[in-house]
Amino acid sequence: MVTEAPALPSGLTKGKRPPGLIADRGFRVLALLAGLTVLVILALIAIYTTREAWPWFRTEGLGIFSDNWDPAHHQFGAGGLIYGTLVVAGIAVVLSLPISVGIALFVTDVAPERIRRPIVYTVDLLAAIPSVVYGLWALFVLAEPLANLFQSLSDATASIPVLKTLFANPSASGKSFMTAGIIVAIMITPIITSITREVFATVPSSQKEAALALGATRWEMIRGAVFPHSRSGMVAGTMIGLGRAMGETIAIALVIGASPRITANILGPGDTLASIIANQFGEASGTHRAALIGCGVVLFAITIVISMAARAVVSRADRRTAGTA
Amino acid sequence: MKRIVASLRWLLPVALVAGLATSGVAVAGASAPAQGGSATLNGSGSTFQQPYNEQVIGAFKQKSPSVTINYSGGGSGKGRQDFADQVVDFAGTDAPYSASDAAGVKGGTYYYFPTVAGPITVSYNVNGVKKLQLSPQTLAKIFQGDIKTWNDPAIAADNKGVKLPSTPITVVHRSDSSGTTQNFTTFLNTAAPGVWTLGAGSTVTWPSDQQSGQGNPGVGQTIKSTDGAVGYVDFSDAKALKLKFASVKNQAGKFVAPTLKGTTAAIDKAQVNQDLTYNPLNAAGASAYPIASPTWILAYQNYSDSAKTSAIKNFLNYIYGNGQKLANSVDYAPLPKDLLDKAKAQVKQIGGSSGSTSSTTPSS
Repeated sequence: MVTEAPALPSGLTKGKRPPGLIADRGFRVLALLAGLTVLVILALIAIYTTREAWPWFRTEGLGIFSDNWDPAHHQFGAGGLIYGTLVVAGIAVVLSLPISVGIALFVTDVAPERIRRPIVYTVDLLAAIPSVVYGLWALFVLAEPLANLFQSLSDATASIPVLKTLFANPSASGKSFMTAGIIVAIMITPIITSITREVFATVPSSQKEAALALGATRWEMIRGAVFPHSRSGMVAGTMIGLGRAMGETIAIALVIGASPRITANILGPGDTLASIIANQFGEASGTHRAALIGCGVVLFAITIVISMAARAVVSRADRRTAGTA
Repeated sequence: MKRIVASLRWLLPVALVAGLATSGVAVAGASAPAQGGSATLNGSGSTFQQPYNEQVIGAFKQKSPSVTINYSGGGSGKGRQDFADQVVDFAGTDAPYSASDAAGVKGGTYYYFPTVAGPITVSYNVNGVKKLQLSPQTLAKIFQGDIKTWNDPAIAADNKGVKLPSTPITVVHRSDSSGTTQNFTTFLNTAAPGVWTLGAGSTVTWPSDQQSGQGNPGVGQTIKSTDGAVGYVDFSDAKALKLKFASVKNQAGKFVAPTLKGTTAAIDKAQVNQDLTYNPLNAAGASAYPIASPTWILAYQNYSDSAKTSAIKNFLNYIYGNGQKLANSVDYAPLPKDLLDKAKAQVKQIGGSSGSTSSTTPSS
């Protein structure tokens, strides 16, 4: 197709074909192929993993959702793992979202021009740290003070109804859902921050100035002009952060305590789908191996459901703002 | 025209490199048999035998520079899977194939070659306790959380005359799945039947109030930094961390400390199957240390080219010759003479005509 290109100028003089038509078509085919590659790779992964995990789906049936992961007794219920994945991702997003939005607002609307860039660079730098480094830092630096904190938190709330169960049986080593959630929160903060920052930057300054002109304080301006305009972007950023949190593996594997179970004690050890694969795949065989690959399939499915839900939320929010604008 | 030339100019180096690469491969492939033994063997699997393998591969390389051996670890499960799929030329494993997995092994007849073994220590850190003896029943109760403090009557009964503190017991186990866990829990399962309830496997479901560590060093570090901690750690890592080891009561009723000699003694008493798999756990004999990891190299009977066949034979013969002397230097126990002779005889089977039909009983 490239070899045809030099012939085109002569075609132009005849005036029959628009110039670059063939090149244009060629480009379209190439772009289409590039687009399809993603789908093909995704489909191949889905087919292969499902096939490898099939013995697990077949032997356990709906038992894959039960809370009894016990390879020594040939029990492979992933309920505790799914629960752990959602809890850790939930903790991470709850901790990270306010901080990320705060940083983004500070950078776009509050901070003086001079220090904006350094802050943006520093936050982006967090994203460049490998996750195993986060994990080791959490294990060797964070875990011990957190264990003491958990113990006092647990003692302090021993008589408060709901918190009593939530903070019961804290992990003595500091390895827990909460520790994993905290470290993942730090890891997803740069992602949510950079997306929300981009979105906040697109708010027309005329709207912000109008709000201020009407006598709004800076907070009222943010609430009345910035947030409504950026809602879908904030949701999208959060969802991308959530997806990252659910797929995080090695940092969680180091600090979650490797104890798959469904429990309200978020200061105790648990396990997640991704971290159990990292921890157990090397020595697994037979149904155990199939079950671990199946955990990957389940995680894949959960991620797809969540990102589709996020799309739905975003498009609905877009429609609403489009209607009012 | 110019653009065609330009694109050709860009293509030329690529084509040249590709051409060189393929011709290079062709040359290497063609000359391999002529050189008599230039070959590459790729293996994966058990991380337990990896330090030993690295040592012995390095020494073998000096003896036969034309043979390249790569061993990439990854775990016994991965090794067995890779070997079954014929992705590797040999594999390391700490446990034989299960009956159902054995049926899925491609590549025809294969053999288990025991190489070395290693004791698994019960390491502890209790302030003021210099010597500790534990029976399998007490060990089982400690590790499944039935016994909570160090001055428990069951521990005191194993340690007459030793003053034990009331420190709470902190059990440390592996957070990743491991052959060490498999052998330790299998020992408890066989030596303390009726007491041990958690089952045996590369991962067992421990009580959630226990501590966990990544790998042998992770468990060892946690024991070292926690007063009242006890855990199972392989011998070389426990020695490197200068941990204290408990003596474990063996089948003969003697409390034996973990040593390489005690492990070799245990293998000597173990019943060896026809395919050279054996179970050294809870072995008979007064001097046998009852908890040890066996480990094997898996090799096919037939390889596609003769260079590979002779390379694997030479490598295995080296392991059973000078390689056994290297074991002590990296804290592994060498094989007893009886098993060594059987293994040497089995090496001769490689490359022979495939007479046997059953892969699990190749020597018959």
